[in-house]
Amino acid sequence: MATEENKNAAATGGFLYLPLIAGWLVPGAGHFLLRKWGRGALLAASILGMFVMGLAMHGKVYSNVHDMLDVLGLVGDLGNGLLFVASRLLGLGADQVQVTTGDYGTRFIVVAGLLNVIAAVDAHNLRTGRKQ
Amino acid sequence: MTHFAAVVLFALFASIVFGITQRNTPQRMLRYGIYCFLLFVGSAIVLSWIMYLIAR
Repeated sequence: MATEENKNAAATGGFLYLPLIAGWLVPGAGHFLLRKWGRGALLAASILGMFVMGLAMHGKVYSNVHDMLDVLGLVGDLGNGLLFVASRLLGLGADQVQVTTGDYGTRFIVVAGLLNVIAAVDAHNLRTGRKQ
Repeated sequence: MTHFAAVVLFALFASIVFGITQRNTPQRMLRYGIYCFLLFVGSAIVLSWIMYLIAR
């Protein structure tokens, strides 16, 4: 009983948007902050898996924009948070799609970012009590 | 990696995230995740056959 109250206090205390920001920067971190270990681990594994698979398929990581579609791709990639930053710093990902699977890889990376945003918003909803 | 393997992996990862974020209880999360996975893979197979028949 007391343990449950402590858990709730820890989950609801602090900065309101911390799970949202943490979840965006590191996949699953928002749920980990709220002590949703199982959900966080599954989300992290899924998003990381999709991102890594995208890189393994020589997908393109957007760094500059030439047209409107590139802007959409960059916005999707930015959803990956620190994964995007790390991939740019380490030079991972292709600058141009040169192999057949590269197109798939590019979509994997973009969708990983979009799924990460959904997961971060879910963590925020858990934090505000909108979702149980 | 084959195209179909890529589709299955995509469906698996996306379905897990959809299931967890769009439903409240673990049982409903699992059911919704399986539902999304089947829709992803099923629609890919159906669309592939349609494109194959159109191309003939």
